[in-house]
Amino acid sequence: MADTVGAILLAGIALYAVLGGADFGGGLWDLLAGTTRRGRRPRALIDESITPVWEANHVWLIFDLVIFWTAFPHAFAAVMNTLALPLWLALGGIVLRGAGFAFREEITRLGQQRAAGATFAFFSLLTPFFMGTVVGAIAAGAVPAGASRASLAAWTSPTALLAGFLFVAACGYLAAVYLIVEAQRRGDPAMQAYFTRRAQAAALVAGALSLWALFELRNPDPALFDRLTGRALPLVVLAGVCGLTVLALLTAGRAKGARVVAALGVAAVIWGWGVAQYPVLLPGTTVTLTSAGATHATFVALVVVAAAAVILVVPSFALLFALQGRHMLGGPAAPQGARVDASRPKVRARFTASWWR
Amino acid sequence: MHASETVLLAAAQVTGNVVPARAQMAATLGFHIILACLGIALPSIVLLAEFIGLRQGDETAMRLARRWSQAMGVLIAVGAVTGTVLSFEMGLLWPGLMRQYGAVLGIPFGVEGIFFFLEAIFAGIYLWGWRRLSGWAHFWSGMPIAVSGILGAMSVIAVNAWMNTPGGFTQRGGRITSVDVWQVFFSRSAIYEMPHMILAAYMVSGFLVAGVYAAGILRGRRDRYHYSGFALGFVPAAILTPFQIFVGDTAARAIAHDQPVKFAAMEYVARTSRQVPEWLGGVYVNGNIYAGIKIPYVDSLLVGFGPGTQVTGWDSVRAVDRPPAVWLIHLTFDVMVGLGFLLLLAGLWAAWTGWRRRRWPRPRLFWALGAVSGLAAVVAMECGWVVTEVGRQPWVVYGLQTTAEAATTNGGVLTILSLIIVVYGVLGAATVAILLMLSRRWRRDDRDQAVPYGPPSVLLDRPAGQVEA
Repeated sequence: MADTVGAILLAGIALYAVLGGADFGGGLWDLLAGTTRRGRRPRALIDESITPVWEANHVWLIFDLVIFWTAFPHAFAAVMNTLALPLWLALGGIVLRGAGFAFREEITRLGQQRAAGATFAFFSLLTPFFMGTVVGAIAAGAVPAGASRASLAAWTSPTALLAGFLFVAACGYLAAVYLIVEAQRRGDPAMQAYFTRRAQAAALVAGALSLWALFELRNPDPALFDRLTGRALPLVVLAGVCGLTVLALLTAGRAKGARVVAALGVAAVIWGWGVAQYPVLLPGTTVTLTSAGATHATFVALVVVAAAAVILVVPSFALLFALQGRHMLGGPAAPQGARVDASRPKVRARFTASWWR
Repeated sequence: MHASETVLLAAAQVTGNVVPARAQMAATLGFHIILACLGIALPSIVLLAEFIGLRQGDETAMRLARRWSQAMGVLIAVGAVTGTVLSFEMGLLWPGLMRQYGAVLGIPFGVEGIFFFLEAIFAGIYLWGWRRLSGWAHFWSGMPIAVSGILGAMSVIAVNAWMNTPGGFTQRGGRITSVDVWQVFFSRSAIYEMPHMILAAYMVSGFLVAGVYAAGILRGRRDRYHYSGFALGFVPAAILTPFQIFVGDTAARAIAHDQPVKFAAMEYVARTSRQVPEWLGGVYVNGNIYAGIKIPYVDSLLVGFGPGTQVTGWDSVRAVDRPPAVWLIHLTFDVMVGLGFLLLLAGLWAAWTGWRRRRWPRPRLFWALGAVSGLAAVVAMECGWVVTEVGRQPWVVYGLQTTAEAATTNGGVLTILSLIIVVYGVLGAATVAILLMLSRRWRRDDRDQAVPYGPPSVLLDRPAGQVEA
């Protein structure tokens, strides 16, 4: 049962990376879009693509946190203690980026819009970086089992910092690939080319950083390195193949296929990490999936919760993405004129009429 | 066990983390809970307006639904991120709690995760689907938000209730050995905490909405739009108020049984005794109560329906196991109850005039009451949280784990607290500013509609009332 919950957590992390990560990446491209005039079109595209979905995508983070603390409370407490600082920083980033994005939506004055947009964009860059350092620190074996103190060294090691940069690059990569499809749907070849160039650049950066991070792992966590190049090698190879396929597909102008392959590649990296660590939760310690403080009944409850989530949440997400894909979502929430069936006589407006005396 | 407890308590007090950690939790929860209330109940109010709009072809109701939906978009987004803060804080501020009991209290949080997903997904569809989804399809896309708001609230309250009346698990040697999911979710206090909070959410949202339009009516905007906006918020909230008072009364009686020390602090019961008086207001300092109104026998009457009922005092436990600042617990409890009755009064007033005269009360006092009703509901709800949270101290899990044991041993909590106060101050101010900005924009739109062939609104520099009149 513990293994099943471990797989659920890993799947949750992969989904957050693939869906939520792209929303952060959108912020990154918003930040790099240049001046108000020049960045107008990419920003509009990013905004339209993220607006209806980012909150739903963000829930994966909450879901993952809850699974982590419920199924593996001892490991959770150790991570929260050791990596408190980058977690606080990531949290601050989540708040400011979310608020900045929501506020920009409603603000009409250019100066304020710029300030809110800059907040959104800048913290979209910082948040994945700090999340990356957290994952990097765990992978590098820098979280002791019974940790009760924060450690600066844990998340400022080369591996952790590299993981931070890798997260930012991966977010940018996913976002750029998805945005090509969004541009295609809107029939905007200029934006298609714009994000194709960026997707290609981000793919190269993310690929290089992945390889670098992989070899950097040899020193702090040789056991994990051995497994990444042993047991998890198929997944590592899959990730590499996906990256190359995306580059090929982008050159061929097949963005829709590239989107799926890019997401698969990122998921393969995360699963590779998980498979390499299995069954150890905190590398360098003896904390495993079964010994992290939860009991069988908890695991069963979480599997039931996850099954219910699959039944209820997956179709809902499918509906959300389908509607967004068909441009059914968007536009001003309160445009002029009420959308009321005109065939009905206005005399029937009993409710509000009766209250108006 | 006891020795280690004392050592930990001392350690935590030396590092001085418990008070700043509690202050931070209080500040972030106190902020988020308002948005959480709006997240739980505002969708229902918006849907009610849309339902009336669709069913009766009522343009005013439809316009209100559309505009509230726009405000809801901002509020849900801010609520989503401030809720995330609380999730992180569970681990960052209270690693001891999560380490020991994460496997138990995490389960209701997992259930909440499902409803949070549904809420966020359908909010994405509902908020952004106004333009292209057909009328009733759009209405139904909002129903899952309202339903999952209630079910999600039940799940989160299940955790808080479990902390008040823990049960449904066994532990041996600091490890959880078995969990009974059902008992964890529906612990003894869940039966009254869940309805109490969900009703509070509906009252907060309803009265806040009503307050906005009552303020407009006070300023002379006596039109169909404002009366409808007021009614859509006020009527549901006022109908629920007596139920809330009933649930609250039941809860207080149950707390006298489940958490006698908390109840003793709420009612200033120092010694276990019979014929206990009820104190209205009053500040408790070193065994004396100043400036309070004493009503003999009433506390015993309220607890057991007879003046001879014995009420447990805080002398039943050691001094270290008593909550701090009993005056705070008592006064916030009194304020909550007092405001509850004030809101009941406003509802009864409207009901009386509506029944006798078939219209709203005319006196400005009624509309002034309506204008502050939202604020009153928020204050009452916040006071309720102070009562239940401070009243549980020094325990984080009642009778099992102290807050000091749960708190982080990392430094810097005070620094983070200061930063959070600044960030939340800006966040709160910006949210209110944006809602005000939306309201100004809507008024300008109405003015444009009122004069279809007039100049564009930028050229119109007169206050809204003049054109409307």
